[in-house]
Amino acid sequence: MTTTTHPALELAASDGRTADSDKDVDRDAGLAGSALAVRGLTVSYGTKPAVFSIDATVPKASMTAIVGPNGAGKSTFLKAVLGIIPRLSGAAYVDGKPLETMRRAIAYVPQRASVDWDFPTRVRDVVTMGQFRGLGLLGFIRPAHRKKTLDCLERVGMADFADRQIGQLSGGQQQRVFLARALAQDAGLYLLDEPFAGVDAATEKAIIDVLKGLKAEGKTVVCVHHDLATVTDYFDHVLMLNIRKIAEGPVSTTFTGPMLQETYGGRLATAHIDQLKLD
Amino acid sequence: MLSAFLDALTLQAGYNAALVSVGATLLGIAGGCAGCFLFLRKRTLVSDAVAHATLPGVCFAFILMVFLGGDGRNLVGLLTGSAVTAGLGLLTVDWITRKTRLSEDAAIGAVLSVFFGLGVVLLTVIQTLSHGKQAGLEGFLLGSTAGMLFQDAVIIAVGGALSTAIILVLRRPMTLVAFDPEYAGATGVPVRLIDLAMMGVVMMVTVVGLKLVGLILIVSSLIIPSVSARFWTDRSDRLLVIAAFTGGLAGYLGTAVSATAPNLPTGPIIVLVNFAFFSISMLLSPKRGVLAAFLRHRKFQADVHLHQGLTSLARGETIREPLTQKMMRRAGYIREDLVATGKGRAAAAKTVLDEARWAKARQIIQDEAIFASYDGLTPIEAVLTRDQIRDIDAALGAPSPLSSPAEG
Repeated sequence: MTTTTHPALELAASDGRTADSDKDVDRDAGLAGSALAVRGLTVSYGTKPAVFSIDATVPKASMTAIVGPNGAGKSTFLKAVLGIIPRLSGAAYVDGKPLETMRRAIAYVPQRASVDWDFPTRVRDVVTMGQFRGLGLLGFIRPAHRKKTLDCLERVGMADFADRQIGQLSGGQQQRVFLARALAQDAGLYLLDEPFAGVDAATEKAIIDVLKGLKAEGKTVVCVHHDLATVTDYFDHVLMLNIRKIAEGPVSTTFTGPMLQETYGGRLATAHIDQLKLD
Repeated sequence: MLSAFLDALTLQAGYNAALVSVGATLLGIAGGCAGCFLFLRKRTLVSDAVAHATLPGVCFAFILMVFLGGDGRNLVGLLTGSAVTAGLGLLTVDWITRKTRLSEDAAIGAVLSVFFGLGVVLLTVIQTLSHGKQAGLEGFLLGSTAGMLFQDAVIIAVGGALSTAIILVLRRPMTLVAFDPEYAGATGVPVRLIDLAMMGVVMMVTVVGLKLVGLILIVSSLIIPSVSARFWTDRSDRLLVIAAFTGGLAGYLGTAVSATAPNLPTGPIIVLVNFAFFSISMLLSPKRGVLAAFLRHRKFQADVHLHQGLTSLARGETIREPLTQKMMRRAGYIREDLVATGKGRAAAAKTVLDEARWAKARQIIQDEAIFASYDGLTPIEAVLTRDQIRDIDAALGAPSPLSSPAEG
């Protein structure tokens, strides 16, 4: 009797997907070809998960939006991916290699409200911070570094503000300075936390132009994004979160009414979904 | 008294006084540097916990050295002991903050008082333990300069130089961590290690300054210089230099002042000199000072009232608000009986014209920055170029009998 194979087990063994889960992560098909891959990421405060068991794969040279309701763990997800807050489980890979070894290739733009803007520093000093890695501890700031700082400020339309104290900037200007600092890192992967939150229309335009320029250069952009109305205009890829992953994939096939309903639950009226420019 | 002061300033007041002067200056520089990043990281109170946590270490070291049959007053031994418990206090604060939901200030409060309490108990024990020999230990509370040895000055010089060197080497990651720890972490800066290095430097300065300034007052040498410096600059690199300079100067001047009369305590006087610098900075700094802020507010208030008054004149309304009347009279825009003067009528017309110009400017000039700086009171000539104003006037199609002062 013991030689008889249980039909269910047989089925499982022949199922490719089930077998995949036993393989080494290095043989994970999605890993090598992706700009960013997250596997089994869980973050919890106490025993309450803020982000639960998320697998996500961001294709190279894509613009990916992370959307979800308030408290869905979007920012937490991004910070945990970067290792800024501790993960309970899971790992992140950049270009198929562990993220921890790839920090040089990543530029992060935190939420504007996360820092004290009365900090004694000028706009140009903040952007220079993006070059600290290359400068090392004692390297002198040379004309080439200064030029780079100004170039990055130019790209976000803030070159005239280089010598201002950062506290004198408007919210949109602060956001642009943060973006300029990320640009100064010359990274391949840009992770932005709510870059369009509370900024003026001119800033929104300036930021999206820069981001689209990055994509055109073959770089990858990932944004935590709150404005559902602009998802289809700005992004080509979407990751929908609500503690767990609800869906991920191309905006055209993933960012749909039923998926939005599932992500936002009752918090998003059907009328709102109808107003979004869904294909 | 003045000659004593000058002697002390020029290091002519004797060997001991010169040692104290050099030591206090070096300590002030090191303290100013070390405190700078504490201040920027908004963790100034940690230094208070570190300082108070040195006391049990000093006492333990004394007891241990006496127990081993040595001289309990060996400074290197005492300072080593103080460093051990200071480090322990630091780690305890860090541990409580990370492992519980208590905020850092609560952890500091608990650690500070417990360690200090333990130290005071040990101090009492020592007094009953061995008579006479404990004589120096109370000096660690408020500092003592009497009988300062060359060795003491060397300890301060070495500790101060080492801590300042560490700060210079780590200034970039420390600035990054202080400004934006999340970003720092994302770029791979070991935030926790940098924080520990910052605390380590603070601990080093505290320990070497213990004998001179005392553990209760050393905090002022760490914190006040950077707080004073903040009034004078908007750049963190200059903050470091200014804090080091004022800290050093306070140490130097404080020693000289304390030399003017016998038995003046050096440590507390250094604190008072630091406080004097702070007061001057707070009151007189042109950018962030209290006086400048007051004058700016007054000027702004006057501008608002004049703008309001001139608008009323242009509309032919009566000015009712007494303050507006006063301002308008003072500017010579109206007479005692509230009737507009010629100057007042001209200014009123200009106000109306400028309002119209601004309204038009918003339509034809697409420059967000210009309007961000527009507060309704700055003369239009100060914001826009003469050509821009000419374009606006052309677009307004207004007659221009009241050409702007910039043109005439």
